[in-house]
Amino acid sequence: MKLQLRGITKRFGALVANDHIDLTVGSGEIHALLGENGAGKSTLMNVLYGMYPADEGEVLLDDVIQHFTGPGDAMSAGIGMVHQHFMLIPVFTVAENVILGHEPTRAGGRLDLAAARAKVREISSRFGFDVDPDAVVEDLPVGVQQRVEIIKALSRDAKVLIFDEPTAVLTPQETDELMGIMRQLKAAGTSIVFITHKLREVREVADRITVIRLGKVVGDAPPTASNAELASMMVGRAVELMIEKDPERPGAEALVVEDLSVIDHNDQYVVSHVSFSVRAGEVLVIAGVQGNGQTELTEAIMGLQPRIEGKISLNGHELSGRSTHGVLDAGVGFVPEDRNEDGLIAEFTIAENLMLDRSSSAPFVRAGSLQLGVLQEFAEQKLTEFDIRAQGIDSLVGQLSGGNQQKVVLARELSRELRLLVAAQPTRGLDVGSIEFVHTRIIQARDAGIPVVVVSTELDEVVALADRIAVMFRGGIVGIVPGDTSRETLGLMMAGEVPAEAAA
Amino acid sequence: MSAQPPSGSAGALPAEPGRAPSAEPGREAPAANRILREIFSGGAVVTVLAVVLALLIAGVLIAATDSGVQAAFGYFFAQPGDSFLAIGNAVGGAYSSLFQGSIYNFMRPGFLNGIKPLTETLTFATPLIVAGLGVALAFRVGMFNIGGRGQILIAAAVAGWISWSFPMPFFIHALVATIGAIVGGALWGGIAGLLKARTGAHEVIVTIMLNYVAFYLISFMLRTPGALQSAGSNNPKSPAALPTAVYPKLSDLITLFGGGPTTFRVNAGFIIAILATIFVWYIVNRSSLGFRFRAVGENPRAARVAGINVNMVYILAMVLSGGLVGLAGADQVLGSTPSGFSSGVDAGIGFDAITVALLGRSRPWGVFFSGLLFGALKAGSYTMQASEQIPIDIVLVVQSVIVLLIAAPPLVRTVFHLPKPGIQPRTRRTAGVVTK
Repeated sequence: MKLQLRGITKRFGALVANDHIDLTVGSGEIHALLGENGAGKSTLMNVLYGMYPADEGEVLLDDVIQHFTGPGDAMSAGIGMVHQHFMLIPVFTVAENVILGHEPTRAGGRLDLAAARAKVREISSRFGFDVDPDAVVEDLPVGVQQRVEIIKALSRDAKVLIFDEPTAVLTPQETDELMGIMRQLKAAGTSIVFITHKLREVREVADRITVIRLGKVVGDAPPTASNAELASMMVGRAVELMIEKDPERPGAEALVVEDLSVIDHNDQYVVSHVSFSVRAGEVLVIAGVQGNGQTELTEAIMGLQPRIEGKISLNGHELSGRSTHGVLDAGVGFVPEDRNEDGLIAEFTIAENLMLDRSSSAPFVRAGSLQLGVLQEFAEQKLTEFDIRAQGIDSLVGQLSGGNQQKVVLARELSRELRLLVAAQPTRGLDVGSIEFVHTRIIQARDAGIPVVVVSTELDEVVALADRIAVMFRGGIVGIVPGDTSRETLGLMMAGEVPAEAAA
Repeated sequence: MSAQPPSGSAGALPAEPGRAPSAEPGREAPAANRILREIFSGGAVVTVLAVVLALLIAGVLIAATDSGVQAAFGYFFAQPGDSFLAIGNAVGGAYSSLFQGSIYNFMRPGFLNGIKPLTETLTFATPLIVAGLGVALAFRVGMFNIGGRGQILIAAAVAGWISWSFPMPFFIHALVATIGAIVGGALWGGIAGLLKARTGAHEVIVTIMLNYVAFYLISFMLRTPGALQSAGSNNPKSPAALPTAVYPKLSDLITLFGGGPTTFRVNAGFIIAILATIFVWYIVNRSSLGFRFRAVGENPRAARVAGINVNMVYILAMVLSGGLVGLAGADQVLGSTPSGFSSGVDAGIGFDAITVALLGRSRPWGVFFSGLLFGALKAGSYTMQASEQIPIDIVLVVQSVIVLLIAAPPLVRTVFHLPKPGIQPRTRRTAGVVTK
């Protein structure tokens, strides 16, 4: 089915989220919609899906103008959407989720679950999905949950499928599998709109690429375009994808972790017997698929895990056993994995967030009183230094974009005298421009002689930052390899295999 | 709260290896925080409109229960004008007597006599303000202090005991008794904070239970000679406070300046309430302790990651909250009724304080003025009953409707077609709003 958008304009008050956007997706084509966070991709798709009425413009399917008043209309016209945040009921089975909203019934209104199961099996086998219709959704890995979403759309005979940032929640392997599924769907004649801000994926799978910036189409590109070309179209200026960095000049061993284990509240070892060290002026990246103990490892360093075994020391001083306050006082800067939950207080101003982990001592507190003048001066300075785009230092952090929020966290952590920097997934959910900024700052910290620990699940980031790489799998370290180790080797290690070269 | 490890750590629960954790909303941030945030994001306009709307609804009730209005409606179609006249009389009379009873009475000769209702308002407002400040402080840390009653009872007992047992010079006696009340309330509140920090016990349940403990404990002591019972009496009532411990009346100061022989009940407790408001304002907005309080109240997880000792904050907040509520107990036994107290000494202030804190949106000066409003409603309700035969319950209805409307900002916004204020939803990509 051919999908055409003509001159779609959508305004929110004074803000033009979509400005006369034209887009044509041919039958059996994978069309990537590329743009930074906030460029207007999701708004456009919500217009297409009938969630928002367009202020101007029209949607055509096979050259017929459509008038959608809600997602129901879009669905019956053959448009399906795989949302970034899954619209599944966790305690229902796969089959129950798939029929939700258009349940097949037998006489007397009884649910026809058998028909639903058959449908799930039929679609699964057609695309080789391997999904059990009777599995409860909350027990399934994220990648499989996403397949359930796809099955849900296909069960309604969707001819056009919209994937809204589908890889944001996936591991590298799951991402590759999703790519395969998209190719299969394409072969079966389904048109696909693939929304993303990740360049590698786009180039791998898309037939055509449309780049959106600030609500406008800035151009089309073939999948053969280079990363740099695509990135500069997205951001509107030349972007360094691989930050340039000098070879590391490592000093003495600073952070030493010996035989560290973390035990969770279920008495499980989520980190087991891990040992490594980081030298001053070196970046150690802890790579691995999400959920293999990296989060707990960083939390153990920060004194946030109640039950640990083993020893952590920094420059010869013991860190293990200290409170979080004590660890911070020892000069450890921490960029937490989930900045909204752990790193920032959304209802606090930028200035208040900048003093969050220094709330009990000079310079921001004297004799128990806040030094608002000092804080204001500091915040104004950091706003400029870290290029935080906001109305002012009194803007609430919750109103900032993800990139600017992360800049606030970095500004806070890098403005202290650091003896160690721990950054967990520092660029998760950020756009290309912000990633460049964050990476540059981390390398700057390294070059200033600070030992840096970065946790990352993205191979691009691992390769960009690492001087050495420790790969974690199921709570243990598979191996510690040099920063120039090939992606293939890293991929194998992330799956738990120890390649010959790494074992040496 | 249930699945916390014993140390009360607020950390992220580790995900199972090999599985990406789904973004579970608010695993640790309690739902209470979200509800409070929703209430306090309502804005001053919503607060004022809630009060106006509550007064309108009460007007309907007054009219409906008025016998004159009912009689006039009996012949509504013959003379509809009579009905409207009767409604006007009933509602107008009620609210003008409310005004006369709480702010200024033009019927009385002279300014000092005319202003007396306002001083009554201040008298009623004093314990509501201090206790409201205590509850509000706990709110700012994300905790519900429902234990005002128990804290007031314990504080009153301590203050009372000091006030009649230990003769001391004027002023010092009152000061020592007041400090005793603060300590009593702080201890009683601190128990809840300590239990929450150490065991994760929810402060709502603990404080409610401590209300009963305090009530029966004080009742028992009031019936026990040698404890709190007045010597030589069989009634469960305490002795009167020694005159040195009683808060001086503010009118005595006026008399000093030759204002004539007026006796206002409003006493030095009101000065304490003003000082307490300034104190809480300083703590919340200008002190590092208050910064940590607010950080924990808004996002306990981020506070913990930032090295803030969340458990210590819980304990300190409940201690301070209980101490402030305890001031209301001191005001009861040393200020408004120094002639001895019974187990009903809290007079419902502990619960009214929650309302006052909500209406004041937990801002110190907001609490101060909402305390004044509730004091005025209380003072005026007696006049309303005496002059217009309107039951005091109507005023309670007004208070309750105000709470209802405050607790439901969306409702008020809908009624008055206000836009939704505050922070945009914290979505990064889904809203599709250009953020740069």
